[in-house]
Parts: sequence; structure tokens; C-alpha cells
Amino acid sequence: MPQSYRLQGKGRLTPAKGLRFSFDGKHYSGLQGDTLASALLANGVHLVGRSFKYHRPRGFLSAGAEEPNALVTVQRDAARKTPNVRATVQELYDGLDAHSQNRWPSLSFDVGAVNDLAGSMFSAGFYYKTFMWPKSAWKNVYEPKIRAAAGLGVSPDQPDPDHYSARFAHCEVLVIGGGAAGIAAARAAAESGLRVILADEQAELGGALRFESGASIDGMDGWSWAQEAARSLAGMPNVRVLTRTTAFGYYAQNFVGLVERVSDHLASPGGALPRERLWQVRAKRVVLATGAIERHLVFAENDRPGIMLASAARAYLNHNGVAVGRNVGIYTAGDSGYAAAIDLKKAGAGVAAIVDLRDNPTGALVDEARSLGIEINHGRAVVRTAGKLRVSSMTIRPKNGGAERTIAVDALLMSAGWTPSVHLFSQSRGRLAFDAESRRFLPSDYAQDCVAVGACNGTETLEATVAEASKAGEQAAKAAGGKTAKAVAPKVDASESWAGGMVGSGPGAGPDDTVKAFVDFQNDVTAKDIRLAVREGMRSIEHVKRFTTNGMATDQGKTSNMHGLAIAADALGKEIPQVGLTTFRPPYTPVTFGAIIGHARGPLFDPTRRTAIHPWAEANGAVFEDVGQWKRAWYFPRQGEDMHAAVNRECETVRKAAGLFDASTLGKIEVVGPDAAKFMELMYTNPWEKLEAGRCRYGIMLREDGFIYDDGVVGRLAADRFHVTTTTGGAARVMNMMEDYLQTEFPHLNVWLTSISEQWAVIAVQGPKSREIIEPLVEGIDMSDGAMPHMSVREGKICGVPTRLFRMSFTGDRGFEVNVPADYGQAVWEALWAEGRKHGACAYGTEAMHVLRAEKGYIIVGQDTDGTVTPSDAGLDWAIGKKKTDFVGIRGLTRPDLVAKGRKQLVGLKTKDPNVVLEEGAQIVADPRQPVPMTMIGHVTSSYWSQNCGRSIALALVAGGQGRMGETLYVPMPDRTIEVEVTGMVFFDEAGGRLHG
Amino acid sequence: MANQVTATRRPAQSGRDTSARNVKLAVLPPAERISLRAPAGAVEALSRALGLALPVRPCTSATAEGRTALWLGPDEWLVLDEKGGDLLAACAGVEALHSAVGISHRNVAIAVTGPGAETTISAGCPRDLALEAFSVGACARTVLGKIEIVLLRTGEEAFRVECWRSFSDYAFTFLDDAARDAAS
Repeated sequence: MPQSYRLQGKGRLTPAKGLRFSFDGKHYSGLQGDTLASALLANGVHLVGRSFKYHRPRGFLSAGAEEPNALVTVQRDAARKTPNVRATVQELYDGLDAHSQNRWPSLSFDVGAVNDLAGSMFSAGFYYKTFMWPKSAWKNVYEPKIRAAAGLGVSPDQPDPDHYSARFAHCEVLVIGGGAAGIAAARAAAESGLRVILADEQAELGGALRFESGASIDGMDGWSWAQEAARSLAGMPNVRVLTRTTAFGYYAQNFVGLVERVSDHLASPGGALPRERLWQVRAKRVVLATGAIERHLVFAENDRPGIMLASAARAYLNHNGVAVGRNVGIYTAGDSGYAAAIDLKKAGAGVAAIVDLRDNPTGALVDEARSLGIEINHGRAVVRTAGKLRVSSMTIRPKNGGAERTIAVDALLMSAGWTPSVHLFSQSRGRLAFDAESRRFLPSDYAQDCVAVGACNGTETLEATVAEASKAGEQAAKAAGGKTAKAVAPKVDASESWAGGMVGSGPGAGPDDTVKAFVDFQNDVTAKDIRLAVREGMRSIEHVKRFTTNGMATDQGKTSNMHGLAIAADALGKEIPQVGLTTFRPPYTPVTFGAIIGHARGPLFDPTRRTAIHPWAEANGAVFEDVGQWKRAWYFPRQGEDMHAAVNRECETVRKAAGLFDASTLGKIEVVGPDAAKFMELMYTNPWEKLEAGRCRYGIMLREDGFIYDDGVVGRLAADRFHVTTTTGGAARVMNMMEDYLQTEFPHLNVWLTSISEQWAVIAVQGPKSREIIEPLVEGIDMSDGAMPHMSVREGKICGVPTRLFRMSFTGDRGFEVNVPADYGQAVWEALWAEGRKHGACAYGTEAMHVLRAEKGYIIVGQDTDGTVTPSDAGLDWAIGKKKTDFVGIRGLTRPDLVAKGRKQLVGLKTKDPNVVLEEGAQIVADPRQPVPMTMIGHVTSSYWSQNCGRSIALALVAGGQGRMGETLYVPMPDRTIEVEVTGMVFFDEAGGRLHG
Repeated sequence: MANQVTATRRPAQSGRDTSARNVKLAVLPPAERISLRAPAGAVEALSRALGLALPVRPCTSATAEGRTALWLGPDEWLVLDEKGGDLLAACAGVEALHSAVGISHRNVAIAVTGPGAETTISAGCPRDLALEAFSVGACARTVLGKIEIVLLRTGEEAFRVECWRSFSDYAFTFLDDAARDAAS
């Protein structure tokens, strides 16, 4: 029976444009323009899912984004499996392959449905109460089992092969929602010529006009008017119409997040198109035309497949040409149910009966239904339904009790009225007010430059909606600076009304009834659960929500929140506004991680920074390590060498001959101006005024609290110019801190800071042969010890290009750092390498650099310090200018706890067994025989095997360390306790003669 | 006694280019650059020395003879010379208070041109780049994806993106990715 529920001549799809698709392995046909939902309904398929907790059979509740039940997995290939797709919004494409979720072994026979029989066990708060003991079982048994049983779809297990993109966009007027209101507002705003963006989640503009058969505008039926308007808007150069685009988040200052589904509706998206595109829009004015969502009625067994919203059935009928049943019952609290009954009856589908909660309904729709011969049962309620995998009957009775009557149906439509979609308004921090008469929350006080129009603002007729929206669009453009002619509002010839309805539970689902009357379909929350939450002491709606999980599913309670609130208010004996409303948070509908990530994946996940010398290191076999965003050469293994062998060789070679090291990643700041020295005096602990041009000094920078923030060698190039180096990791934050102090604390100083980290490539040449290697390549610099002693800087040329040549050492041997403009870095390195090879030099990496500096007790900020170490703790008192009266941190250094005895201080550690290398981070104790937990007096900060010392060496922070020289301490490890001796921090060349030649 | 070795220049991303429908990307040849900092009182003297009027209106630039000065802050300019002119030497004789620091090698420039140029940059730059808001000659220190850039509009459909050397691979790769979307 191919598409046997598709009615000839009904709907707007073209019968010739057929598509094939499959659901749970079974093949079906549908039409271009169908959603997966409408196509399944055309084939008479209502059963599409199992509920979250009770595994009850479920069908389509809606025809839109609010769908709580019809979640399916759409699979394009092994890697493209998207779980939890709402079948009501997934557009059909040829070959679409969809699968139901949360059922085993099959959708029609699901073992998990035993939960439904044991329903009394699974009441609200069940998880909190039941799975408490024993504690370990939560992690190992309960949580994994519950997660598996109470499931949504399964996450894809392969990397997402699709790509996603992002755009920032700006406009004067952003209109959200492309129904009658949004179109009217966009047209009016667009008259001004200003930039207008109109975003709508559907494939085509029209909103409720999709199903409203009773609307007529400007002499056209509503839908045709919308399509005509969409065409004219799209043709305007100042207007961008984004369909399939959901505004999911409304952030500060009219910043709105939109996600555009670019290719999920295509059979073959192709490689060029992104799957989704994130739009981050900054709008001067926002017009919210987000419409309203119909509510279901809360009665016993209101969740069987075939029971759905009246407006959904109308959308399937009037747009897709699909009858949701052949003998349809209607249960309504207002006029909306009548409109559905009339549409179905006129289309030739059988209507069993209308059941109306109102005692004495009147009006044109009631009259029309009656004249069409539809049975109307007013003052009555549906109190029960039957049907295993699809509704087969409804049982009705007078709403205040009385004789029951069962009517056979194959579908049951419900309408409790309409809830304005105030999600985005609420996200904008606007305040909602409860309208007691219509029993709904409406926008009241605006927090941003936006305005709500139409159904989301509680406006009930089409005439009023388009008038209000036109005016709002015009005013938004004017407020955004547009000089618009007076917009002409569309003329509404015929209209439907959205008024009326009820909130809360219906007859037969009251406090004394023990029935499953569902409030929240996706989380299986019943009216009874909400009353239980109140009985158990929940008073705030926020607590009721969390206890019952009402509104906490992926649909975020679009259909359930108002009912839940009304039932809780009733149980508490309070008015709805006294109980409050839960907070609306982004996203409005689920957003994929892909859309959020956009371009930021693979090589664009985070910038990878490489130095100018990187290609040489790569070509010469370097193993790299990540240092922040930088790739740094870690060590250069030769054939057959492991890391230790390579590092040992590199360390030995540097001290015997020389080594070349790429230090380009060091932060560098040029400090220039007549007050440069004054500024340096304030930022560093050291004295600078008297440092001569051409000389260098090791500087320490503190935070205001007196702890070490950064360090580095600073060269004075001229009276008014310093070349400051920072740690690699500190480059950006040191620059920021300096700039911060300069602008806020020292604005009187005439000095400017410029980052030159990337202007200069830095080649460290260290070791006894370093001068011989550099000298032949240099012009204009006398490198003799007399002319260029340790800690000096010269400007001149190397290999014909400018250099700032520093004589300085981070190894304790004679050393230089050759700074050259970055583009020359590799060429100069290659020239130095050629010279170096003549002297037996090697290239060394960051690991050997670490070992060599540790042999000399040179600290690394961030490794040997951790933000709680003062210069005194690190043995660097000498670096504090004793005569200085001010520098950042000077007052911090005098704090009582910073001068107290027993502070942790940096010391050297030698293991009693020289072959044992301590673990960095290992804790240190004074007495290994004390009971656990032991008193820990410090920890190891740096530890290496030192080939040059022929033993292991370590630095450690130890309480009162500088007073413990020669003491034996202990490092307890899981398998043994290591004995260590406290020593000074210098392990190699204690006299320091090698620095000078 | 220097050897006769002369270092050859290896600019980052040299010669890298790509074109998608509507957008072309090209890494530009090296240029001379300085970061110029000066108080208002020195603007006139520096303008004379550089041969162009340093712009004082926010986010504007001035160009003369292959030389462009970009306003980056109330006392900050990025000055470019695409003809190899020595900008440091030009400022060296200026007595008025200022700081000139050579950054020719710090930055890499990428030209983004074509009808899709604006859309391409908008993939990662939150500024309003419409011609009305960011006219030809407008400039700004801003962001592109996860990095800082200096953006200069050189034509209705042409931009110059300046970034630091080690971020140039990221910048080009990002723009390339974005250009594909702008073309789709």
C-alpha cells in the first residue's frame, strides 16, 4: 500500500517528484518536500520510537522543531550517523536511511517495555532514591546500565567527515521567524534599504501559514502570499533570507547565534558544501517573530502513536497532502481542534467525533463543523485511550464525571491551546509577565533593542499580527538609522484565531487518579510525578523540574513546561506566577558540536607555531615537543640513539666543544623611550639606571604579591633602548602585564613597548668553541674577551645581515645568542652549523638545554617556581636592587609570611645512589618511618641524569631548605624510598670559571 | 675578517597562493615595516620625515609612494614600505619624542581579493566589513579565528591581512578553508 494515506489533489507537493527512503530497513516512497515524518505518515507509519524510561511505543506528536517523540538516527554512511534527529524536521531526500532508537530487539517488540508494567517503581525521583547503595555500584553498575537502557541514540564512533563553516554577520534589523509576522516585519524594515536578515528554521518561509487553511492575505491564500513575499525579499540586495536556519541563542548586545543546515536535506551534498554554517550576527535591532507552539492535553494514555497535535495533522494534510488517519478523533479545549476537524472532513478523511472541554462552544468554526455533520461532544473529556502500537479508541465521559463511552479512532488530535515561543525573548534577559486572563507568559520588559511581534507576543489574529509586525519592522529600521517611507501593511482578507485553551491536567488525570497522563513525553513525566514532587517537598518550579526531569529533555519542554507549571501550582495551591517559570537557556533546539567548532578542527584547531629554523631541524631528524603552541626541537637523535643517548651526547658535546640551539621562541620586547630605564626599574627587581649601553643583566619580574612572575636576560642597546627577553611561555603575558602597568600605574613615563619576539630568530651557540664558530661570520664586532665580556650585547652584521649579538649563557659555558631578522634565521643557522662542524659542535634540543641549565642551578620559571616562590626562596636575593625604593612586588616581599622562617626554598638534591634519577613532582619527607599520611616538606621540581656530572641531579623546593645543607631526606615512592642529600644548586663548575672562557 | 657567506632570505609561506571561485589568496612579498609610537606633538615631524601624513582618525590609513601608515591606536601606527624604503632611517633623524622599532620580519602579509573577499574574512573576523562600515583604506587590529591580525582594506574587493610570522601558516590555512565556503 504505497503512500495510501496520501490524498489525491491535496497538499502542495508534486506527485511526480517521488523519492525512495527506508526506515528500520524497510523501503518506502515519499515526495520531494516531505519531511521524514510526513513521508512515514503517508505510508501509514505512526510508530517511530520508544519512550525514554518506560519504553512505551510513541509516534509523532508534532510537525516541527518541538517534537519530543520522533527521534531517529539518520545514517548516510559508516561515519555519518546522526542520532536524535527529529523526524518532523528532517527533510526527505532520495535514499534517506533512518533507524529507530531506544528499542531492543525491535521497535514493535521491545523488551524494555517491562518498565512500563513496573511503572509504579519508576516514579519521579526514582533514580535518586533507588540507586544510592552501595556507592561503588553507582559507577560500575547503575549508571552504565541506566544509560544504556534509558537511551537516546548512539553517538557516532568515527570522526565526523563533514566540514562546517562559520560567518560573522552584521545587520541593522534581524528578523527571527519567517511566518506572517516575520515576513511583514522584514518587508517593512527592508524598505529602508538597510541590511535586513530574515532567519527561519523551515525550508520555506510561511510559518503557521503552512497549515492554516483559513488565512488569506493581499488576495492570495496565506501560503502563496508567503512564497511571493519570500521571492521578493530574496531579490532585494539589502536582504538576506536564511531558511533552514535556527536562531538558537540570544546573547548580550543583540548578538544572536544562528545555525544554518546547509546540506542535511540533500541526497548528495558533495564535498564543497559545509554540512552546517554557524552565523554569529550582531544586529542593531532584533524583531522576534517566533510564533507559538500548540500544547497537547494531559489525559490518561495520551501518548499512543496516532495521538498528535491538531496543528500537526493540519500541516501534514494541507502541506503534504497526508491524512494522519481515516477515522480521526479530536479532543480540544478551544477552536483549533475544530479547524483540524473541518480540514480533514473537507479533504475526505473520516472524522469520528470532536470532544470539547468547553460547556457551550460557539462561533463560526463550531457552526461549520456542525454543518459538515461532525459529531460534537461538548463539556466532555477523553479519559482513556486504547491501542497497542497505535491508538484504536478513545473513551469519553462528561468532564465532571458520568457515563463513559468508547469511540473507535485511528488517530486522535489534541489541542489545549497555544504557548507563545518566548524562548529567545527570555534569553535576551527580557522579563516575562503572566497574563492571568489568557493564562500565558508574555514579553513584558525588554532588556535589549528588540521587539516581539505576532503570536510570540500574544497577538491573536492575523490582521493584528501583520499590522503589529509591519509597524515593528518600520520602527526597527528607523531606530537603526534608516529613513524609511511608511511601510504598507499587508491586507488580511481572512484569518484564524489562536485564542483560548487550558493549561494543566485534564479530567480523569487529577490528584486522585492513578493514571499515566503524560506531561513531558520525551522524559516520560506524568501529571502524577509532578504532584509527587510537590508532596515530597519541592516548592520551587526549579526543584520540581529537576526532581521530575520535566522539561529537561532535548526538546527542553516546549510542549510540557506550561502544563507542568500549572499542575505544580495547583498542587501547591498557588497561582502560576507565584510558582514561577524555569529559565530559558540556549540553545533553542540542539546544535551540533560541528557547527560550534566550525573551521577550528585539524590544523585549524589551534595555531601551530614554527620557528624560522624549524625546516632545518625537521630535515636533520629532530624530535619535536609542544611548548604552548610552539613546536620546539626536543633532541636530535642520530642513528641508533634513543632519547637518553642523544641527550647525553648533546650535553657532553656542548661542554667539550659547542652546541647550536634554536632559542627563537623566547619572548622579546623592545623597550624604547627616554624613560626606558625608569620603567625597567619599576618592572624588574634589579637596578637598571646604571647598566651601561652594550651590557646585559639577568632580570626578575615579580607580581604585586612578591612572587616570581618571569625572568630573562635584558640587554641595553642604548640609553633609551632595551632588548628584553622573557620565557617562551611568558612572552604574551609579560608584554600584557608591562603594558597594563604602563597605561594604568606609570602613564607619566615616556616609554613604549613593542613585541619583537618574531622579528628576531635566535641561535644560541654555547660551549668553549662558541666564539671560534661565530667570529668568522661576523663583521664590525670585536668578540675578544676584553672587548666583549660575558653579559654584553653588540650590534653588527653576521653573514652580511644585521645582528644583535648577545654574549650570555644558559649553560654555564662561554656562550652567545645570535639574533638575526627571522627570515634570515635558517641561512645564518646553516652558516653557523658549517662552522660548528669544523669544531665538533652539535645541534641540541630543549631536553639537553634543560639538563645543562640544571647542572648550573639556573631555574626555569614555571618549573622550579609555581607562583608561590619569592626571589629569596629561589636563592636569587642578589637580583634585588638593595637600594631600590620601588618596583612591582616590593611591598609584597615584606609581607610577614614571605619573610617567615621555614618557607620552601630551592635547593639541590643528590641521591645517595648516583644512578637513581628522581621523579619530578615526587614528595620529600624528613622521616620515612612516620605513619601515613606523612608530613611532606617539599617536592622535586627538576630532575635529570647528568652525563657531565656522571650522576643524577635534582632541584627541589624544601621547607627551610637553605638551612638543611648536608641533611639526608627521603623521597618515598610506591616501590621504595630513595635517600637524598640536600646540596647547593650548582652541580657543575661551582667556581663558574667556564663562563668567561 | 668575515667570510664571504651572505645569508639568503627565506620568507615564511613564500609564494603560497590559492584561488577559489570569487576569492584569491596570495602571500605578499616581504615589506619594510616599523611599529611607530609617538604622542600627538610628534605627529607632524614624523609625517614630514616619512613623507606621508600619519592618520589620526581611528581605523584609517594613509598611503603615499608605496608607503602606508595604519592607525592602530591613539599613539600607535604600523608603517609599511613595499618598495624597500628604510623606515627606521627615515625616523632616525626625528628629534621629537617617538619610538620606532623594526618589525619587517615579524609580520607576514596575505592579500585576499575578489568578490568573496569580505565573506572569506568574515568567517573568522567579528568586525563589520561592509564597505559602509569599513571603507577602502580602513584598518584595524582585530582577530581572525584564533589569532590576532591587522586588517587593511586596499580596495572594494581587496584586503591585506597582516599577522605574525609563526601564525602565517594558520592564517593562510584558515582563509583557504573560509574561501571555499565563500565560493560554495
